[in-house]
Amino acid sequence: MLLEQILFFVAAAGAIGGALGVVLLRNPFFSVLALVAHLVALALLFLLLNAEFIAAAQLVVYAGAVMVLYVFVVAYIGGVEDPLGGTGLVGRLGPVFAGALLAELTIAVVGSGLDALNTRGADIPAGFGSPGAIGKLLLEKFLIPFEAASFLLLVAAVGAIVLARRRRGLEEADADDMPDRAGRAPIGYPGGRAGAGEGDDEGPPPGTAEGLGDPTPVREPVTPEPA
Amino acid sequence: MTAGGWGWLVVAFPLVGCAVVSLAWRWLPGRSAGWIASGAVLGSFGSAIGALAQLQDRPAHERTVVSSLFDYFHTAGVNVDMGIQVDPLSVFMALVVSGVSFLIHVYSVAYMSSDRGYARYFAYLNYFVFSMLLLVMAGNFVLLIVGWAFVGAASYLLISFWYRRTTATRAGLKAFVMNVIGDVGMVVGAFLIFRETGFLDYQHVFAATDHAFAVNDGTLVAACILFLVGAFAKSAQLPLHTWLPDAMEGPTPVSALIHAATMVTAGVYLIARLHPLFEQAPAAGDVAAIVGCATLLFAATVALVVTDLKRVIAYSTMSQIGYMIMGVGSFAYTAGLFHLMTHAFFKALLFMGAGSVIGAMGGEQSLDKMRGFRRAMPFTFVTFTVGALALSAFPPMSGLFSKDAILAFQLDRGGLYAVLAIVGYIAAGITAFYAFRMVFRVFFGDPVEQAASLEAGELWHGEHFNPATGEAEDTDVGFPGPEHHIAERERPMRAAMAPLALLSIVGGIVFIPGVTDVLERFLEPAFEDSRLAGQQPSVGAEWAGLVLGGMLSVVGIVAAWRMYVYRPGITLRIRDRLPRVHDFLLHKWYFDELYDALVVRPALAFGRFGQTVVETAFVQGVVIGGATSVVRAGTELARAIQNGYLRTYALVLVIGLSGLGLYFLLQSS
Amino acid sequence: MDVVWFVVLAAFIFCIGAAGVLTRRNPLVVLLCLELMLNAGNLALVAFSRMVGNREGQVFALIVMVVAACEVVIGLGLIVAMYRRRLAIDVDEMRELSG
Repeated sequence: MLLEQILFFVAAAGAIGGALGVVLLRNPFFSVLALVAHLVALALLFLLLNAEFIAAAQLVVYAGAVMVLYVFVVAYIGGVEDPLGGTGLVGRLGPVFAGALLAELTIAVVGSGLDALNTRGADIPAGFGSPGAIGKLLLEKFLIPFEAASFLLLVAAVGAIVLARRRRGLEEADADDMPDRAGRAPIGYPGGRAGAGEGDDEGPPPGTAEGLGDPTPVREPVTPEPA
Repeated sequence: MTAGGWGWLVVAFPLVGCAVVSLAWRWLPGRSAGWIASGAVLGSFGSAIGALAQLQDRPAHERTVVSSLFDYFHTAGVNVDMGIQVDPLSVFMALVVSGVSFLIHVYSVAYMSSDRGYARYFAYLNYFVFSMLLLVMAGNFVLLIVGWAFVGAASYLLISFWYRRTTATRAGLKAFVMNVIGDVGMVVGAFLIFRETGFLDYQHVFAATDHAFAVNDGTLVAACILFLVGAFAKSAQLPLHTWLPDAMEGPTPVSALIHAATMVTAGVYLIARLHPLFEQAPAAGDVAAIVGCATLLFAATVALVVTDLKRVIAYSTMSQIGYMIMGVGSFAYTAGLFHLMTHAFFKALLFMGAGSVIGAMGGEQSLDKMRGFRRAMPFTFVTFTVGALALSAFPPMSGLFSKDAILAFQLDRGGLYAVLAIVGYIAAGITAFYAFRMVFRVFFGDPVEQAASLEAGELWHGEHFNPATGEAEDTDVGFPGPEHHIAERERPMRAAMAPLALLSIVGGIVFIPGVTDVLERFLEPAFEDSRLAGQQPSVGAEWAGLVLGGMLSVVGIVAAWRMYVYRPGITLRIRDRLPRVHDFLLHKWYFDELYDALVVRPALAFGRFGQTVVETAFVQGVVIGGATSVVRAGTELARAIQNGYLRTYALVLVIGLSGLGLYFLLQSS
Repeated sequence: MDVVWFVVLAAFIFCIGAAGVLTRRNPLVVLLCLELMLNAGNLALVAFSRMVGNREGQVFALIVMVVAACEVVIGLGLIVAMYRRRLAIDVDEMRELSG
């Protein structure tokens, strides 16, 4: 009992600390790390709830794979710092409403008439959250969600490849990305054409990711020196 | 074929003619549109003769045939059929209308042949004949009013036929508006009759008149006076007469047909048709007689001074219709209708002659510019003079017999009517004078250059212009055509004028007192229920009246001769001596100015008020502006939410979520 | 520990994540905060599953994890594409991504 409570508070502190770190840290790399810590704390909480398989999956999949993805991207992009507290009306109202939401949820949970909330939960058999039991459920009762989820994964993988592909090969990684629409009206403004610029023989087919975005470059385009 | 069948054919022929001409005009070569239209009216005339034959086969008391095609509406106590009534009165009117219309159509075939709107003209003309025949053949108030309104519409279309002339379109509007005033009177009058008797068709209404109304019952008098409003508007009597002179803006055959022979006689027909109502309310009959008398005197005085040839004839029409209204208002039905018939003949003839003269003048219509056409246009001269003689009631022309029939009847009735008759005789003298004023001024004296060139064999051509304002025009559609036509050169025109001249001379033969009573016997069945049926002035009294009338006309003609031919220039000196009288008469007793101040200006001011205050400030500003600005504010608000910022969307989500949560929390507590 | 503690903790983490989404401008960090919210949901699911004694909540949480992974993949792909185009990596600048 006591151990359980201590573990709970430790894990809770870790989770909250990680969450606050994600939100409050300036450097996105540190935010990623804070999220990893948060995920580990959450895995501990899952263990406390007898969901062993989920805890393991959390660690392996979430903290192991997804966060690694994040780390790669952050390393690629680099840290872009933005001011704390958010700008504008949204940045000021946001936390207010989030706080209001928190208050409501807390009142709803604590003041709810669900007596079962105040217990440890129903009696559970041994192996409640074991992989075998979960796997059985996945293949029997939840077969269709299982298959749909795998299909979704396939789609996401294909989509990611399409989104991030380059067209001209690796060696022109930096040079091929002159803004296609330099000097022309942004997409959606009159005179502009969504998806492609005039006279651009490399114009992307409409609907793909290449035509997105606002043309004003943030960085100076890097023109390759003639060799 | 039954009388009813012939009656329907009478109405159907011109309708078909109008449809054919208006739909097939592109493929009708040359003058064929005109011949088709004329043929349709001839068919109508033939059908009227068929109806006449059928009626005369029947015994005298059974000469009223009501024929119904189908039930128009039967609802809520109102029973109206699509029905016509074929009886001597309607057949008489149909014969006069279709006969004279046919001749005018033939005249128009030549007169309008160079006009770009040739087919449109004949379509309108046929439509007019259809409407007029519908009006006279109608067997109930509803069809009567339908025909009444159609005739008004046809008149408008034809007066503004040359629609690019502003003067013409304004005249058309004036005529139409005044006719609508009459239409309102007709409808309200018909409603009053319906309310009291419960019927709308003539047979039932007339049968019920004696029970439903006491003599001079207030409602009946009101209804009859409302009908009179309609009659006065249509027949151009005081005070609704101002449209008729302006209506001369239309082509001359239109003036001949509508504003002399047929449409303006609708008021006379109306009173004759509704005679049971008027006899039960003699007060209304007296009103009609007095107004008719006033009009005939007024119009005769104005005709003495106006200088536009067609307007002189127009005022003469107004005056003669005054005689007819006075006649039927005094219950001299046969006499009034007789004068209607003879007037149709000689007035149409006069207009046709005037058309020919105006053609020779190259479109000029002012008497001041015309002189000496006697040798240049012999046929026109002869026929015009015949018409003028008939108008002046010169013996033995038809005009004498018809006009004096009315006046003799009135003298016989005595009292008020005798007074009116005396005024009528005085005006008859004035009539003769102004009729020959026209003849002498146009045809006698030194020929003007147009007449001289015509004598030399050349039809004079000048610039095309608006005769009222003098402004130049072209000859494309909407204006008169490039060529002018005169009777001497066009056979159809002569073919139309000759029969009319003949009829003007011998037309009196149907009603020579003491000798023939063809017309009397023919119309008798229609009027046998009149209280004054059978009351006739004695033959001696009638002949005395004829002699008096003849003498007055001779006096008038001789006076005109002296003033215009023997010693020309007297009239100018009279005018200079009496300038205010001359102005008063020239401005038509200032009726137009009076109406302008009383009606037109307030209406225009109201319209302007409506436009500036109601329309611009209120509707545009408050109602539309208010609604649009509310909508615009709402959309601005909605647009602000869709600004593309991700965080704004997220914020809205969170706000919505917290709102929802709050709601559920509150609900469950 | 009573289940209610876990649920309240989940609510807390959720709201922190929401505040993060609303305030941060770097899309990467926005995605991270989104992950926070998803995890909070997972926690609540598993807690309720424990409360009821049913494993269905856990399966649900597993599927949520899969979906989160997919969403992260696409989101990161978008950010990489944005970076490649020399566009600003700023959520407020990305206003015309429609169509």
